[in-house]
Amino acid sequence: MNDQSATDYQSDRQSAPGAPTLRAVVGSHRIEEEMFGKVYDPHIIRRIGAFVKPYRRQFILSVAAVLVFTLTQLAIPMIIRHAIDKGVMLGPAGMNVLQTSLIIYAVVIVLNYGASHVQESVVGRAAENVLFDIRRAMFAHLQRVSLSFMDKTEVGRLMSRLQGDVGSMQEFLETSVISVGDIVLLFGIITIMLYLDAGLGLITLAVLPILFIARIFWLPLARDAFIKAHETNSAVNGALAEGIHAVRTVQAMGRERLNAQLYDGKVQANLVNQLRGARLAQALVPLVDTLTGLAMALVVVLGGQMVLGKQLEVGVMVAFLFYIQRFFDPIRSLTIQYSVMQRAMASGQRLIEVLDVAITVQDKPDAIDLPRSDGSVVFDHVSFGYDPRQLVLKDLSFTVPPGQTVALVGPTGSGKSSAMSLIHRFYDVTDGRVLVGGQDVRDVTQASLGRQIAMVLQEPFLFTGTVLENIRYNKTGATRGQIIAAATVLGADPFIRALPQGYDTVLGERGGSLSTGQRQLLSFARALVADAPILVLDEATASIDSATEQVIQRALTILLNGRTGLVIAHRLATVRHADKIVVLQAGRLVESGTHAELVAMNGLYAGLYRANYASFDDVEKQP
Amino acid sequence: MTALDTFERRPLEVMAIADAHTWRGGLKTLWRMTVIAWATPWQFTFAIVATLISASMQLIIPRLLGRAIDQTQSLASANSQGALLTTALLILLVSFIRGVFTTFQNYYSEAVNHHSGEHLRRLYYRQVQRLSFGFHDSVHSGDLITLGLLDLDGARQFFSTGLVRLVLLTVLIGFGGAMLLRIDLVLGLMALSFVPVVGWFSSVSQLKLRLTWRSLQDRMSVLSRVMEENLGGIRVVRAFTAGTHELGKFDIASASALELAHERVDIRVQSTGIMTFSFLAAMGLVLWVGGTKVMGGGMTVGTLTAFLTFMTILQMPVRQLGLLVNSFARTSTCGARVFAFLDLDPAIADAPGARDLALTRCELRFDNVDFAYPNAPQTAVLRGLSFIAQRGETIGIIGPPGSGKSTLSHLIPRFYDVTGGSVTIDGQDIRTLTLTSLRRAVSVVAQDVFLFTTSLENNLAYGEPRAPEPQIHQSSADAQIHSHIASLKSGYRTVVGERGSSLSGGQRQRMAIARSLLPDPAILIFDDSTAAVDANTEARIRTALTKGVAHRVTLIVAHRLNSLLHADRILFLDQGRIIEQGSHAELLALNGRYRALYDLQTNGADREGL
Repeated sequence: MNDQSATDYQSDRQSAPGAPTLRAVVGSHRIEEEMFGKVYDPHIIRRIGAFVKPYRRQFILSVAAVLVFTLTQLAIPMIIRHAIDKGVMLGPAGMNVLQTSLIIYAVVIVLNYGASHVQESVVGRAAENVLFDIRRAMFAHLQRVSLSFMDKTEVGRLMSRLQGDVGSMQEFLETSVISVGDIVLLFGIITIMLYLDAGLGLITLAVLPILFIARIFWLPLARDAFIKAHETNSAVNGALAEGIHAVRTVQAMGRERLNAQLYDGKVQANLVNQLRGARLAQALVPLVDTLTGLAMALVVVLGGQMVLGKQLEVGVMVAFLFYIQRFFDPIRSLTIQYSVMQRAMASGQRLIEVLDVAITVQDKPDAIDLPRSDGSVVFDHVSFGYDPRQLVLKDLSFTVPPGQTVALVGPTGSGKSSAMSLIHRFYDVTDGRVLVGGQDVRDVTQASLGRQIAMVLQEPFLFTGTVLENIRYNKTGATRGQIIAAATVLGADPFIRALPQGYDTVLGERGGSLSTGQRQLLSFARALVADAPILVLDEATASIDSATEQVIQRALTILLNGRTGLVIAHRLATVRHADKIVVLQAGRLVESGTHAELVAMNGLYAGLYRANYASFDDVEKQP
Repeated sequence: MTALDTFERRPLEVMAIADAHTWRGGLKTLWRMTVIAWATPWQFTFAIVATLISASMQLIIPRLLGRAIDQTQSLASANSQGALLTTALLILLVSFIRGVFTTFQNYYSEAVNHHSGEHLRRLYYRQVQRLSFGFHDSVHSGDLITLGLLDLDGARQFFSTGLVRLVLLTVLIGFGGAMLLRIDLVLGLMALSFVPVVGWFSSVSQLKLRLTWRSLQDRMSVLSRVMEENLGGIRVVRAFTAGTHELGKFDIASASALELAHERVDIRVQSTGIMTFSFLAAMGLVLWVGGTKVMGGGMTVGTLTAFLTFMTILQMPVRQLGLLVNSFARTSTCGARVFAFLDLDPAIADAPGARDLALTRCELRFDNVDFAYPNAPQTAVLRGLSFIAQRGETIGIIGPPGSGKSTLSHLIPRFYDVTGGSVTIDGQDIRTLTLTSLRRAVSVVAQDVFLFTTSLENNLAYGEPRAPEPQIHQSSADAQIHSHIASLKSGYRTVVGERGSSLSGGQRQRMAIARSLLPDPAILIFDDSTAAVDANTEARIRTALTKGVAHRVTLIVAHRLNSLLHADRILFLDQGRIIEQGSHAELLALNGRYRALYDLQTNGADREGL
C-alpha cells in the first residue's frame, strides 16, 4: 500500500530523538494489489465466460457428472438405511432385501466412481485450457497495444497479471463446478433429513443458524488477518530477493549486520501476523465440532426415544447420524469457495483491464501492402504528443532522400526518440503526416511498413537463445551462412567464434555474459540480416573501450551503406559523417545542415560541439 | 586451497549431491528439521499432546453412537431413556473436547511450522550475505531465490505435515483398526481392506505429483521467461514487427506446460477415483457380511453401525497417508538442499585472530600478486603484479578489455583472495584483518550500479546509515548529483523506481559515487564508474574531490583516457601484468602502448583540427 511506505519511511526518520537518524530499510515498498473483489460481477463473469464458451460442452458434462456424483453420495446412506431397516432388522426373512440393496449399492458406487472420474478429469483439463487461452489472449493483446501503455506499465506488474491473476482464475474455475455439487449436497441432505423424519430433521437443522451467525462475524476478521499475513510474507520474500540481487553492494558497503537486523524485524512482523491468521483459521473448529456433537446428541436422545417408542426405525436414526457427520463439509467448502470467488473477481477485473487496453494503432480497412520502397522518409509538418495537450514535437518538417543519412541531435527531452518512433508508426501523429517511400504510414499495413525499417535501439536487447537465433530473430528465412556473413562484415565474427560454442552459444539472461560493445555488434548484425531499406538507429551513450569503439564505427558505416539512415547521434564521428544534421530543441527543429554549415552558423549545435561533450544526450541544464 | 574452498566453489554440484539423497542422508535431514522444530519445546509438546487427545476423542464417537443404537434396541425402555440421555451428553462432551483439542493441535503445529520457517529464513538471509563473491558468481540468483522461497517453505512445514500427522494417523489407523479387529476379526479385516489400497494409491500419486510439480515449475519458468523478455524487450519486438514470431515462441512454451498440467490432472483423477471406490466397496462388504451376521443374531445392529461409522472416520486419515509420505519425501529433498546451502563455509571470512586495520601511513602495496577466478582456476588473470600507492596519490589503471583492471580493484576490499603474493595496507596483509574494518576503509564505486527501491536519501546513506543530512548533501554535491536531486519534487525522499529506471545511466553512476564518498574511505576506487558521465561533469567531480585527495589513496580504473590524465601515476595493464607505468607525460614519451591508445582516442579530434 502506498501510504504504508510513507509510514515505514517516517518511522525510520523518527527513531529516538537525539540519536542520529537511521536511514535504512531492507526490501522495497511494493504497492500491493487488491486481493478480494466483489463476490459477483456480471461484467467480469460475462467476459471470462467468453473464454469458457469453447469448452461449454465439457463444463456442462462436468456439472452433470457432479450432480450424479452428489446424488450417489446422498443415496449411499439411504441404501444402508434401507438394508438395515427392511433387511437386517427383519432377521433371515430380510435376506432378499439385503441382497437387492447390496446390488443397488454396487451399481451406485460404480456410478459414483465414473461420475467422479468424468467430473474431475474433464473440468480439470478444461480449466487448464481456459486459463492458458486467457493468458494467450492477454499476451497477444499486449503485442498490439500502444507502446505508451507498455512504457507506463512495469513489466513486473504485467507479469503478475499473466501469472498470479490467471492462476487465481484457475482455482475459481476448478472449484466452481465442485461448489455446484456442494450446494446440491447441502440441500440434498436437508431434504432427505426432512423426508425421513420432518420433526427430527427440523430439530437437528436448528443448530445451523448458530454456525451461520458465527461465520458472519468471523469472516471479516479472518480476511483481514489473512491479507495482513499475506502482505508481511511478501515483504519478507521481497527483502530476501533484494538481499540476493544486491549481495555485492551489501558486502562492499558492509551492511550485513544492519540488514540482518532489519530483516529480522520483517520476519518477526510476519511471524506475529501468521500466528494471528492461524488462530483465526482455527477459531471456528470447536464451534463446528460442538454443534455436530449437539446435533448427534439431539438425534440420540429424541430419535432414540422415538425408536424405543417404535415411532422411528433404527435405520433412520443411523442415516441421520451419517448425514450429520457429512453436513458441515459442504458448508465449510462453500465458505472457502466464497473467498476464492472474491479473489477471482479481483483478478478477473485486472485481467479484463489488460484485455481492454485500447489498440490505438491499427491497419486501416483499405490499408495497402507497401512494396520494398526507395527508403525515402518525409516529416511533413508533424506535431505529436503522447498526451495531445502536451506536444512533444511541434510542426516538424524534414526530408531524408533515399540512401542518405540524417543525424538527429539535441538535448535530452528534445523529442528525438519520439520522432524516430513515428517512422515505424509506434504512435500516430497528432497533426501532419509521416511518409515512408512516398506513402503516409497510416495508409499502409503495419506488417509491410515493418519490412521497410530495421531498428537498432540504444540499449541492445538480447533474448535467451543462441547467438545465431538472436541475429536471425524473426527473419526466419535467413540461413546460417547469411548470418555468419553479416557478423563477419560487421567485425563481430572473431568474438563470436571465441565463445564456447561459437554461433551456437546460448546467451544468458539478456546476453549478460557479453560486453556492451559486443551486444551492440549483435544488434547491428540483427539489423543487417533484417535487410530493410531504412535503418533507424539510436546510438548508445555508454562509452566503450577504444578498440571496440572503432569496430562499431566501422560496422555502422557498413550498416548504413546503401540504406536511408536516421540516427539519434551522440558521437562526434557519427554526426560528422551524416549527410545532414537536424538539431531539435523542445520538439522544434532549430537548425539543420551539414556539420560545417552548422558550426559556421554558431548556434546551438556549435555550442554543444565546442563544449566537447562526450555525448549530446547527457547534457543537463547548467546550474 | 583448502577442502572448504572447493566446497564453496562447486555449490551447485554439492546441492545436486544432496538431491540424490540416501536413506541416511534423508533421515539426517528429517532429524535436523525436528531439532529446529524443538526450538519451541512447549508448543511442540502441546501440539503432540493435543493431537493424541483429539484423535482419541474422534475414536470414541463411533463407539458412543453404536452404544446409543444398541440402547434403542434394549427392551427395558425406562432404563434406556436415562441411558440414552447419558450417551447423548457424552457425545456432546466428547465432541466439544475434540473440537477444542483439534484447534490446539492445528494451531500449535502451525505455530511450530512458522517458528521453524522464520528461524530458517534468518539463517538463510545471513548465509546469502556471508558467502563471498566467488560463490555468487557461480550460482544464478534465480536459483537462490527459489531455494530460499520454495525449498525453504517445503522444509519448514515438516512438523505439521510430517510429525503431527504421523502421530495422528498412527493413533487413528492403529487404534481404530485394532478396535475394529477386536470387536470382530473377520469383519474388521474386511472393513480395513481398503486401507492398503488407498494408502498405496495415495502415496504413489502424491510422489508422482511431486515429481511432475518440479518439471511443471521448470516449464512454467520457461514460459515466464518468454513473456518477460518479450515485455522487457517490447521495443525490439515492435521494431522488427515480430509479434507473430513472439506468439510462436509463446505457443511452444505454453503447449509444453499445458501438456504437463494435463498429465497432472490425470494423475490426480486416477488415484482419487480408485481411493473412493475401494473405500465404498469395503463398506458394501461390511454391510453384506455384517448385515448377514446381525440377521443370524451374531452381532447387534449397534455394532454394525459403529463399524460403518468407524469406516467413515478412517477414510480421511487413510487418504492422508499419501500426504504423509509426500511430506517426508519433500522435507528430505527440500531440506537437504537448504541445509547443503546453509552448511557452506564462505571462502572469504575473518581468519582466526583477525585484527582491525590500523591505518598509519596508508600505504597500499601489491606484492607479486597472482590471481585466477575461483570458477576458472586455470586462467591466470593477474600475474606477478606489484605496485605501491601512498596516501595522497592518485593512480590511474588502464588497459585493454580482459587485462585485469577491474579484477585488481576487487582484490583490495577482499571480494576475492589473491592466489599468490599479497596485498598489504600499512604492512598488514589484508587476509589477517577483519573484513568489517577493511571494507570500512576501502570503497569501490562499481561498474554496475545497484540502487535500492527506497528513497534516494536511503540509497546515498547505504554505507553510512547514521550520517547526518548535511553530510549526505555534501557528498551528493561533490558527485554532482545534488542539483538534480534538489530539482525533483520530493527531493532526497524520491523513491527510486524499479531497477532505478527513472535515473539515467550517468545519474546512477553519480549516485554510486556519492554513496561511496559518504563514509570518507582511506582508499577510494573508481572501477570504470564514470563511463556514462559526460566529460564536463566528470571534470567537476574531479575538482570537488581534490580536497579529499590528500588524505586518501585514489585508484581510477577507466578506458577513457580523459578520466585519468590527471593521475600521479598511470599503470598500463595487459594480460595481468603492468607493462608500462609513469605519469601521462612520461608514458607519452615512452612511445609505447599507452601512446598508441592515446593516438587512437584523440584521432577524431585531431582530424577536426582541435
